Parts: sequence; structure tokens; C-alpha cells
Amino acid sequence: MPEIKELVKQLADKHGRNRESLLPILQGIVTEERYISDFAMTEVARELDMSAALVYGTATFYSFLDTKPRGKYVIRLCKTITCDMKGKKQILRTLEDLLKIEVGETTKDKKFTLLETNCLGWCHKGPAMLINDEVYTEITPEKVSEIIGDYMKNR
Amino acid sequence: MAKTVNLKIDGISVSVEQGTTVLGAAKQINIHIPTLCYHEDLCVAGNCRVCVVEQEGAKNLVASCAMPASEGMIIHTNTHKVRNARRHVVELLLSEHNADCTKCYKNTKCELQNLASEMVITEPMFIDLVPFKEYKIDKQSPSIIKDNSKCIRCQRCVRTCHELQHVSALGVAYKGDHMKISTFFENPMYDVVCTNCGQCVNRCPTGALVEKNYIDQVWEAIYDPNKHVIVQTAPATRIALGEDLGMESGSIVTGKMAASLRRLGFDSVLDTDFTADLTIMEEGTELLTRLKKALVDKDTSIKLPMFTSCSPGWIKFIEHLYPEYLDNLSTCKSPQQMFGALAKTYYAQKKGIDPASIVSVSIMPCTAKKFEAARPEMRDSGFQDVDLGLTTRELAVMIKQAGIEFESLADEKFDSIMGESTGAAVIFGATGGVMEAALRTAYELITGREVPFKNLNITAVRGMEGVREASVKLENVLPAWSFLEGVELKTAVAHGLTNAHQIMEAIKKGEAHYHFVEVMGCPGGCIGGGGQPIPTTPEIRKKRAEAIYREDEGMKLRKSHENPEVIQIYKEFLGEPLGHKSHELLHTHYVPRKRV
Repeated sequence: MPEIKELVKQLADKHGRNRESLLPILQGIVTEERYISDFAMTEVARELDMSAALVYGTATFYSFLDTKPRGKYVIRLCKTITCDMKGKKQILRTLEDLLKIEVGETTKDKKFTLLETNCLGWCHKGPAMLINDEVYTEITPEKVSEIIGDYMKNR
Repeated sequence: MAKTVNLKIDGISVSVEQGTTVLGAAKQINIHIPTLCYHEDLCVAGNCRVCVVEQEGAKNLVASCAMPASEGMIIHTNTHKVRNARRHVVELLLSEHNADCTKCYKNTKCELQNLASEMVITEPMFIDLVPFKEYKIDKQSPSIIKDNSKCIRCQRCVRTCHELQHVSALGVAYKGDHMKISTFFENPMYDVVCTNCGQCVNRCPTGALVEKNYIDQVWEAIYDPNKHVIVQTAPATRIALGEDLGMESGSIVTGKMAASLRRLGFDSVLDTDFTADLTIMEEGTELLTRLKKALVDKDTSIKLPMFTSCSPGWIKFIEHLYPEYLDNLSTCKSPQQMFGALAKTYYAQKKGIDPASIVSVSIMPCTAKKFEAARPEMRDSGFQDVDLGLTTRELAVMIKQAGIEFESLADEKFDSIMGESTGAAVIFGATGGVMEAALRTAYELITGREVPFKNLNITAVRGMEGVREASVKLENVLPAWSFLEGVELKTAVAHGLTNAHQIMEAIKKGEAHYHFVEVMGCPGGCIGGGGQPIPTTPEIRKKRAEAIYREDEGMKLRKSHENPEVIQIYKEFLGEPLGHKSHELLHTHYVPRKRV
């Protein structure tokens, strides 16, 4: 808890304490903590002297501002129509088999979280997937096994 | 002079001031355009699209609430396209709305229902999505019920809580079809920064935000032969109740209200105005004591300015947002709670009634009063001092339920004891009223002369300006108050919590220096309270305020310290203001609360 307090203070020092500082601060928290806890939100509200309900509203609006605990690597598989037609379903099954979790869940070792996402803008190279900020395109079940295997072993 | 623009609406030419919306221009020529998210007190949101009109030359329909009128504009408000679009908008809203109207508290008072009725929507056009949504109903607060299944997400409540009240207990969470009006982490209203002011309730077009009503409990008490049921009525109810019973805004219905309460079966019909006068005695004395301690004894522990403590919305606001200023609050209970504490002690003794058998009901313009009555601090009589708090609206419902023809009632008086009051008490209902009442008494106490204003009307503290300041120079004071000779008593008045926030920030920064500050939680003071008839608009608030001051001018006694029953209670029961008994029954303390 004290670390989050300190983190929020540092982010506010860096980005300012106005309404427009809210988004970069929330992004900063996600970068460090991988999600924004209710405690973190109340800290932001206090630091920026604004209502916690407004912080909550902003945090829940953006899909990439997670409000639930996430693993170290957040996998977001594109669920929209082009990727779906290009075999997203097999990819998803492969991921679930590899990680032994379902969409929305986090592995026991807190290393991976599996999510679906709206269009990533890579329709021409679908299916597409994000792992944290890294984009993977034209993926196949084999490719996915390789990628995840690499994350499991080397990161 | 502001520039005017000329436009044509439905073939009628109209000139309006630049900046007027198409909606406003249509209103000027008596063309009614339906609205839902629009409210006169709030900024334009333009999100419901019910007010769309056709503008010649424009590709799409425009929202008339948001579109400024411009030169040469040609508008049609009643074309096939417009009516179809509006109908679709309402149908879409209904597809996500729990339209169980007959079982809804807002039945016949719902703006969405009115629109559906006007459009004769009988067959559903879209799939009913309500069963697929997991709507939450929050009934935990003693003041407000929040039912998401009735919410149409117009965000009037969100704008109210933010713009008028600077609280933002309610915000918009999630997006798209998951979007909902939410508190922090969807916690119950009871558990968040909500002040219970009910301004959101007053503006909600549907039944998504309503007061928690205690109508049945009051009937039950009335029908119970073993209960002695007494009722008190707040100053601002008597100039607003009529609105919910078919009368014009600004009608004074004090006598009819007393008559109707008697008809409903209350054993004694009494007046919060009595304890408003008593509040002036206690609060005035407290202020003078604080001034003496600060100015003469140089006691640095004494906190100035002193804030009024009548408004429970304001109390909760300061407890949440400015807990470091709790010692500045007057320790006086609100008139409702002073009344409650005395009802089960003084009144019970005088009447020879077992206080355990008394059910104490209050009629308030306020939803926060329900919370206040339930506060654990408010049990100094040995019982819950006020058992059931009703809003002006709930009383109107009861009067209708009882089949009383309200308008035709002959005026009746309040019962005694605790029914006598002065004009100083009735103006508690308007912003600036407590200040004016306090000054009328304090000035006379200090100088032996009446306040130096024509007809006792201290106009400087009246009006609808958000923050008002007034100062009174104290000269030729009585010997007992010589330390106040030459002192300029500085006061300020704020109404609506956004203005309260402004005054608090100025005080915090050391920019403002006052001795005494009146704050009312709701815009306009209690006349614009969250429990008052719907709608409440700037114009209606003005009419209600005028009625309050008319009522004051018509009173025989207009200074609290001249109230004979107040004089009597000090002689027979309380002793003196701030005395031992007063401390026990009429004063309280406050608790710091979290900011979330």
C-alpha cells in the first residue's frame, strides 16, 4: 500500500494534478502494477482532489486500464470479425490449452492473463494478438505455442 | 444590448437573443419540444436525442437543446421524420427500461412514461433487453433508492452531483451498452461520499433515483391506538406542498397544510418553525460566546467563522470533504432534531404522555433529513428523537390517499405547545434566511435596538446569488457586550454545495475572513430541497422564495426571541440558551468521514 501511495504521488508530480492528468496517471499505474486497485483509485482521487467516482468512471471506460489484478503478461486476442474468420478460435483454444486457463482468467503463477479484445487494427494480418505492448500478427496455433513457450522459458 | 437572430420555427417567425437554443426559441412561441436529458439547472448534455428537430439544409436531425438558433434558420418540429426519430428514441430507451410502471414509485410522475403515453407506444418495437441485464437496486441508504433498471442514463443526476453540488458521488462508468451511472466501485449510496441531498432525486426523469418513502409506516403509526403521533413541518414545506396538489408555484398553504395533517389523523400538528426560533436563540448565543472567547479571552482554540448546522446535506458534505473544519460548525442540532429531542422530553412531560408511545414524524423539503433522523447521535431523549422523516412529496401522496380535497380546505392553526413561531423562523426555508433571522435577534441583543433595515428586511443576504456577503457594524452596544463596540460583524451566505465548496476554498486559502457563515446544501436553500415537488427550476425557486418572504412579512412576530413559546420553554424547562439542559438535548457533535 505505501508503495502505491508513493507511486501515485510520483506520477502526479510528473503529470500534474489537473483533470487532464488523470489518464496518464492511470496509465502509469497500469504500467507499474498491471492493474488499478480500488485503493490506487482512491489515492489518485485524493492526490488530484477529485471524486473517486470520476476516477472509477475513467478507469472502467478504457479497456486497457485494467481494474482487476492481471498477470505479468496480459495476452489480448483480437475477437473481431476479420480475425475471427481467419481462425481466431483455434488460436484461443491453443492458448487455453497451453495456459490451462479460460478467457478472463490469470494463471496460478500470476504470469499470464488471457483476454479478448476489440479490433487491434491488424485486420489485413489477422489473426492478431497483443502480449502487453508487443503485437503478434498472422499467428497460427504452432506460432502461438512457440511464442508462449518462449515467454514461459525465457521471461 | 445582445444581438438578436431571426429564425422560423414551424412557419412562425421568431427573434431571439443570440445564444438562445432552438429549444428556447420554440418555447418563446409556445411550441413544446419534448426533452429528457435537458434540465434548466444543468449544462446541456444532448445525449437522449428526444428533442430532435429538422433543420432545413442540414443532413441530420439536430438536438434542439444543444443547437443555438442562428440567423435565417428554418426549423420543423413536427415532421414525419422528426416524429419517427423521437418515437424510436423512446422505444429504444424503453427496451432497456424496467417498465413495470404500475409498481413504480414514480408511476404517473415519470417523464419517460409521459412521453411513451404521448406517443401512444403500445406494442414494443424492439426486444425487451431488461431480462438480459443484471440491474442492481440499492436500497441501503435511509434517504435514497437507486434502481438501475429504471435508469435511462440521461446523466441529469451525474451533472447535478457535479455541477450543483461538487460532490460527484455519482459518475458514469463503463461504456457502450455496459455504460451505467455508478458510485465508486458501485458501492451502495450509503457507503460513499453522497450527502443525501436528493438533488439527483429531484431531477431524475424516471424512477431510477427516488426517496426512500416511509408513508406506510406513518399510516401504521396513525392507525395504532396506543401511539401518540405528532408531526412537525419544516418552513419550506408550506410554500411548496400546494404544487403537488394542483396549485400554483409560490402558493402559501400553511393553514391548509395544518388542516390536512389534522385530517390525516395526527394527534398533534406542530411546527418545526418553533425550533427554528429556538435554533436562533441557541446559535446566536453560541456565536456571541465564540466571539467573546476569541476577541476578549484570546482563546485560540475557538474556531471562527462559525458555520450554520441546519442543513444535513451540508453537514455530511463538510464531514466528507472538509473534516478539518468540523469544529467550525455550530454545535446546534438542526431544527428538526431539536424538535425531536424536545418532543419526547419537554412535550411528553407537559402533556403527561409516555415518551415511549410517541411517534415523532417530520415533514421536510429534504431527503437528507431521513439520514439525519437515523444518525446514532440523534437519540438524546433516550429514544430515536425523530422516528420518521417524510418529504413534502410524500405528504402530498398521503393527502391524496386520504381523499382530501386540499385546495378547498379552510385554514387551521398549529397545535400548542411547540406550534408557535415567528417570521424569522419561516425564512429559514430560503437561502440567507437563517442569517437574517440570526442578525435580527443578535443585533437587538447586543445593541438593544432593532436591526437598522427597513421593515426588518435584510435584503443584502437575500437573493439567488451563489455566495453573498454582508457586514453589520455594531455601534452603541449595551454595556454587557462592550467588547463588540465598533466591531464589523462579517457574514456570508452560500447555497448549493458547489458554492459551499467555493466559500470553503476561499476560507482555506485565507482569502475570506468571516465571523459567521450560513450554508444550505440545496440551491435556493430548503425551498429548492431534494424533497420538494418536482420539477424544481430556477423560476420555481424564485416563486417559492417570494412566498417565504411574503409569509414572513405577514407574521405578527418576526424576531425569534419574541416567540412566546420560546420564552416559555426557557423559563419552564431549558433554563437559558447554551445551558445545561440545552447542551444535553439541543447540541450535538460531528464525525469525520472518508472522501470516497
